[in-house]
Formats: sequence, C-alpha cells, structure tokens
Amino acid sequence: MNIAMIIYLLGSLMEVEAALMLFPAAIGLGYGEKSAYAFLVIAAAEALLGFLIIRKKPRKNTFFAREGFVTTALSWILLSAVGALPFYVTRQIPMYLDALFETVSGFTTTGASILNNVEALDKCMLFWRSFSHWIGGMGVLVFMMAILPLSGAGGQKLFLLRAESPGPSVDKLSPKIRITALWLYGIYVVLTILCFIFQLIGGMDAFSAICLSFGAAGTGGFGVLNSSFASYSPFCKWSCTVFMLLFGINFNVYYLLIMRRFKDAFKMEEVRWYLIIYFFAVFTILLNLYRYSHLFTEADVVDAFFSVSSIMTTTGYATKDFNLWPNYSRIILVIIMFSGACAGSTGGGIKISRLIILVKSVGKELKRMLQPRTVKHVFLDNKDVDHATIMNTLAYIVIYLMIFIISLLLVATDGYDTTTSFSAVAATFNNIGPGLNIVGPTGNYASFTWLSKIVLIFDMLAGRLEIYPLIFLMMPGSWKKVSLTRSSK
Amino acid sequence: MNIIIVGCGKVGSALAEQLCRENHNITIVDTDREALDSLVSSLDVQPVYGNGTTYRVLKEAGVDQADLLIAVTGYDERNMLSCLVARKASKKCEVIARVRDPEYNEDSDFLKGELGLSMVINPEMAAAQNIFRLLRMPSALDVDIFENSRVNMLRFRVGNDSPLHGHNMVEVAAMAKGNMLVCIQERGKEAVIPSGSTTLFSGDIISVMIPFDQAGPVMKKLKLNQRPATNCIIGGGSATAQYLAGMLLASGVQVKIIDRNRQKCEELANHFPSAQIVCGDCTNKLLLSEEGLEDTDAFVCLTDQDEVNIMLSLYATSISDAKVIAKISRINFEEVVDKLNMGSVIYPKNITAENIVRYVRAMGNAKGNNVETLYRLADGKVEAMEFVVQEGSPVIGIPLMDLKLKRGLLVCSILRNGRNIIPTGHDTLEAGDTIVIITTVLGIRDLSDVLAAR
Repeated sequence: MNIAMIIYLLGSLMEVEAALMLFPAAIGLGYGEKSAYAFLVIAAAEALLGFLIIRKKPRKNTFFAREGFVTTALSWILLSAVGALPFYVTRQIPMYLDALFETVSGFTTTGASILNNVEALDKCMLFWRSFSHWIGGMGVLVFMMAILPLSGAGGQKLFLLRAESPGPSVDKLSPKIRITALWLYGIYVVLTILCFIFQLIGGMDAFSAICLSFGAAGTGGFGVLNSSFASYSPFCKWSCTVFMLLFGINFNVYYLLIMRRFKDAFKMEEVRWYLIIYFFAVFTILLNLYRYSHLFTEADVVDAFFSVSSIMTTTGYATKDFNLWPNYSRIILVIIMFSGACAGSTGGGIKISRLIILVKSVGKELKRMLQPRTVKHVFLDNKDVDHATIMNTLAYIVIYLMIFIISLLLVATDGYDTTTSFSAVAATFNNIGPGLNIVGPTGNYASFTWLSKIVLIFDMLAGRLEIYPLIFLMMPGSWKKVSLTRSSK
Repeated sequence: MNIIIVGCGKVGSALAEQLCRENHNITIVDTDREALDSLVSSLDVQPVYGNGTTYRVLKEAGVDQADLLIAVTGYDERNMLSCLVARKASKKCEVIARVRDPEYNEDSDFLKGELGLSMVINPEMAAAQNIFRLLRMPSALDVDIFENSRVNMLRFRVGNDSPLHGHNMVEVAAMAKGNMLVCIQERGKEAVIPSGSTTLFSGDIISVMIPFDQAGPVMKKLKLNQRPATNCIIGGGSATAQYLAGMLLASGVQVKIIDRNRQKCEELANHFPSAQIVCGDCTNKLLLSEEGLEDTDAFVCLTDQDEVNIMLSLYATSISDAKVIAKISRINFEEVVDKLNMGSVIYPKNITAENIVRYVRAMGNAKGNNVETLYRLADGKVEAMEFVVQEGSPVIGIPLMDLKLKRGLLVCSILRNGRNIIPTGHDTLEAGDTIVIITTVLGIRDLSDVLAAR
C-alpha cells in the first residue's frame, strides 16, 4: 500500500474542494449573507492544510487497483466531512451528523434531506447543496484528472477513473485519460448550461434555475423550495424531464455523436433498453392513474413523465406527491429505483447495462442446463462480454443484495413501517432521495435515529461509488504492506 | 501524434511505454486481453481488443485519425497486412512494420517503395548491427554513432589500471588533448553529467565522445584495446547469429558458430561456407575450451535462452580476456543484469523500440521539431541527440559558458564546415552547425528547449 501517494492525492483533493467552496462564498457575498464567511474561512484552512500535504511529493509512484479503491473511498469521505462543516459552523444545521448526512446526500447525488424547512437556509447554503450534486455527479476525482496534471504513470489515473465512474466496465474515450476526463466534463458542462437556459425560458428565476440545473445534471434532487419542483411552470417540468433523461444516458453516446460515429452511437443496447423501460413505466402508470383517479387531468400526464424520469435517473425531484398514487404505480416506481440509469452517466442504481448482462448470462446458463454441450457467449452492443466482467457483475449483484438486507435490518430497528424502511434504504442506496410514506416527496429523513442515519450515509456512499471502494477500505487486507490472503483450511 | 500499435508483446509494450512518455496518444491493439489489461494498468494508453489486421478493428482503433501505425505482432505477414489495411484506410497514416524473416527482409525496398511502408524494422538485423559495431571497438560496452556529426559515443568501464583513475575532468581533457569529452558518469544506480571537478575512479562506467578520426590515438592513450576483433565465436545459430556472421565474414573476421542442432548446423554450413560450424552444446565447458574460448578475440552469446546467454557470458568473462557480448530478449531485470560483470548486453526489443522512437521523433521533425538522431543511454535516464542549429536560433553566437542551459545538459560535439570540435566553454554555436547534446532532461524536441526558462 502506497500510503504516501494516497495522502498526496488527498492533499490535492483538498485544494480542489477549497477552490470549489469559493463559488458558494461568492454567491453568499452577493446576497450579503454572513454565512458566506464560513465558506471563506473553511476554504482557506483547507487550502493551507492541503498545501502543506502536497509540498512533499511521494517518493514511490507505485499505484495499483487497491490504492485506487482506497483513495476513492477516502476522497469521498474527506470531501463530505469537510463539505459538511459550513452547515454545522453556521448552525444552519445544528447537528454535525445531520450536516454530514445532508452533504453526503449532496455529493452522492442522492438528494435525501433531513431538513424540515429547506427555505429557511441561506442562499449560499442552498447553492452549496446543489453544487455538491453537480460536483459529485461526474466525480471529483475525474475533475481532478481533467484539470491537474497528476504526476506519474497513467495507470494510477485509470484505477481512479474506474473506481469512481459507475458501470461494469469503464472505458476511456480517448487514449489519454486527461483528455477523456476533459471530454466528460465538457459534455457535462454544456448540457448543464443548456438545462439552465431552458429553465430560464420556462420562467424560473436565475438562482433556482442554477440550483435545479445542478441537481438535474448530477441527478441529485435537492430543491430550493419545500415543494421541490411542483410550483414551476409546465414548460420547466417538461424540459427538466428531458434533461434528467439525457443525464441518465451513457455519456459515451454524446462523445460518439460529437465524433460523428452515429452508427456506433445508436447501436448502444443499454440506451435502447433504458428508453424502453422508461416509456413502459410511464404508460402503465398513466393507465393506472386513469383507472383509479376521479379527475384525470393534463397535469397527471406531466407528473407521470416527470416522476418516472426523476426516479429512474435517480434524481428525485417531485412535481407531485407520488406517495398518494395507487399501489401499482408506487410499485413501478420502487422497481425502477433499482434499475437506475445507464452506466457511464451521472445516475445511480444498479445500472441498466448490469441488468442486461445479468439477464443475458442467466439466459445463457439456462440454455446450458438444457443443452450441456452448448458453447455460448454473452454479447453487449455486438461485442463479446468477457468472462471476468460477467463474474464481476454477478458478484456485484450479490454484494448489493447483502448490503441492502443488512441495511434494511439496521434501519428497521427504528420501528417504522415496512414501506418506509424499505424505501428509505432503496432511495438512499440507489441515490434517489425521496422514498415512500415518511420519507416520501413531502417527508424527510430527520426523524431517523443516529444509527439509521449512519447506515444510510454508508449506503449513499456505497451506492455512488458502487460498493467496492468502501468494502476494500474496510478490509484489513488492503492496508497490509504485502497483500496476502490466508489459505483457508 | 495519434499512434496505433498493433501487437502488445515485448516490443509493443516497450514502444508504448517510450512513446507514451513522449506524450503521444497511443492506442494498442491485440487479441490477448490479459496482455492489454496489464499494460493499461501501468500506462495511459487506449486498449482495443481484436485482430489488428482487420479493417473493423483498425477503424475502432481510430485509424482514420491516426498519424502512424506500428505493426509489431509476432508474425511478419500479419504486420504487413495490417500496414496495408491502414494505408488503404487512411491517406495520412504512415506505417511501420516489423519484418524479421530474412527472405522478406530482402524485399524491404520493395515493401517501402511499392507497398508504402515508411519503415521496415528487423530486430535481429538491428541487434546484429549493434553487435558488429561493438566488435569493431571491443573495449567499449556500447557504441553509439552520430553519423552527421562524425563522432562516436563509447561507453566503457574505467579499469583498475586505467590512466583515468583518480583524475578530474580538467585533467582528463588535457590528457586527451581536447579530443575527448566525458559525457556521462555512471556509478551504481546514479547517472550524472560530470562537471569540471568530477573525479573518475576505477569501477565507474563512463560514456565519452570521440571524433571518428581520433578514436585510435585517444584509445591508445587511455590504454584501451583498440584492435578490432579478428576472430569471433558465436554461441547459438539464431537469426541474429546469421546476420552477424554475414557481416563479420564480409569484413574479413574469422567466424566460428557453435550450435547444438545438427540440422541447423547443416543449414549454416550451407549458407556460410567460409565460417567454421561446430555442432555441439555450447554450455559444455570442455567443448568451449577445445574450440578456443580462452584465446578468442570475441565471444557472442546468441542462443534462444536468455539464461544460457547470461551464464555463458559470465563464464567467458571469468576465464578469458575476449570481448563478450550477450543477447537478452525477454528478461526484464536490466538493473540486476547491469550489475553483473559480464561484458556488453544487447536487448533487441529496446533496440527496435529505440529505432522506431527515433523515427517518430523524426516525423515530428517535419512538423517543426528538429532532432536528427536520438539515443537513450544509461537505462533510459539520459538522452543523447543530434540537432542542426537553424538560422535565428536563440543559442547562436553566445559562448557556451555564458549560455543559460537547463541543468543536466551538455553540448558535447560541434561539427562545423566538416571539422569536428569537442567544445569548451569558449566555443559558440553558429547557424548550420550540427551539434550533439547529452541531457538528463528527457523529451527535448527542439533546440530552443535546451535553454533554461527565464
């Protein structure tokens, strides 16, 4: 384990976060809020500390998969721990655990809140919450790779990119990882700006438009009003629906489109299934609503399109309290919470491509049981999926279920009803935000005990980083100088 | 530059590593996923899985955006096919193929002219050429030639009885009457460019710059063996051995080749009537001494097994004064090998990669980058390169002692009007000079890069 290198990278991360904190500080100063100074002081302290750390360059440059995982996990924990300080020191959120919950929820693009009254926060605090979605959406380490010329061989960057970017197999867009990171952020920035412009056209005020565009881009879900997205114009809702869907698509598609490789772009099986599932969910919900509600209006159509887009991309904005919908619709929403968005997007969840690989390899296995001599491969986008990726996907699903069950068990000790406990874990682990019942769109997570909050914080981080980094962080084996596994007798 | 490397083997990986260090965009194609994965985990390159001779895979690798394709799979035919496909797929993509079969090698002009290959590289041939050079200058561990500047760079170990032992650079320069310049001093793992007060001790390995015509007298003065080898024993009848035997015989050196395989020996005997072919095991001590290892001028170990080559050359250095050269194709422990006292070592994969890197830099040359020749020395820690000083360059006319050069950089030869100058602090650079620079600052591409930032 190259601890010196990990510390060095954490030091650079602190510099980056300190720089990012200047944005909310500027907003706060613009609105004449005193809490802006909290950002300035914390940013200055963090920058100083980071500077002291990166002054000493590590001697050894070795950096492998385990360093990559551990660095990623520690980076996100550090990022959240420091990011929570402004809320805490200004007493806008009086408990540190709550502030941490809110910040983790921000960076992991979950959007689950412990605040009863969002509107009571200062503007700069609201901005910081939404900005953290935007930073966490594409990943802060990817950002670091795009802007900082990290020293050393390229391998270490790839391990970081792999550990931070969602999806079963992460590929570079171009030979140089820095260029890849720049492309990803370029696409991300342009889409965010477009989203912002559309919200402005829809009549939203500039501050809300910025915050909500950040939330949509990172598929986060923190709003600036207690009513989330309900009070905005239909145009805003429609355009936000589309943009959330766009941010849930694998960013490789945009790259291929820009490179004019249209054939490759439209070949993406994952995106096809993503849209099929989306429209299926919307239409069955519409039918269901039409049948059970007495007054079926145009607003219901908007709500259905918006809510499915919001939940499936794991954003978590709400135009309507879908908790009041008939049971079938609620079940559909819970199911698409798990499917999540595409790999390589800013969304969370299990990811469509994992599900495709899973279904296909199960199909292959069934066929093999009937005809044991058959040799068959699993294909995705007409490309052979290699065995290691399949095994990795299966292992991911198993570990996903295990963590889900353990979390559910721990959260259940709070004594809430099954729907609340289940949807609370599902909504945080899949980085959505609102669940059902108490944690539904009009509720929040404030009433959970500290134990549940810690569990949910872990779930949010595990969901965003796709579990492995956090697991490896806690395994003593990855901290040993020489990693050896004990032979089991 | 966008470069595609087809083949992720020994040479492919070595190339990827060097070209990556020079900040090119590398895409590497292979059908071996494991090889790709392990390379990608250490280098910033784009892997593409698939057969690099097919249009589909090359297109996926971005052949239409590529400036250069280098085909270095283990098969000549695939390499050539891959190059042909790339040539047809993209107008601007230059191609380099590794072609090692001697029969194809004879066609290399045709391949270049008619099939549009920019460069055909044959690792065995390149290795043989290197060995041949060493045998002409037996006291050197390495010989690098700067053709345009008409200087050699010789690398040798300072012996116990060497007149250099215990003298500093100023004294050394006086000793050689200004016809020699010590460029690199290696001691243990360190490689430094010496200053005037640096003192040499026995055991140091130094690289010196000597003009072609002064090589004899200077080496005599340093009490180094300057007589080229007149007879040579080659252990193993590999392809490299055959190329080498051809070159040696053509220059009048007696050659003896020892190989275990009867059939191989028959072939060799057929091919080289004037050489002596011995059928026997060259790891047999008795056989070696019977064939005259103790008294031979040179012994070259070219069997297919690296381990055997290393053992043989260790043994040979221990019992004879012959110039000993070993070929190491596969083993990756250069640091350890360098510590052994076993004469010169030749790494064909590095030679191949170095030749290609040189070509790539020359390609950049046409785009405003003016390195003429490049060698990587001392385990890649030092680079030696040749420049032509262009009109209007900021280095012109200032005495070298006043020129603010980067640290770890030395101008070590100037060729002006056909006359070679080993420079001192008072010399200046003029437009049209061909100069050689030694530097520990890697990746210099242009003469203006040599100046320290103001």
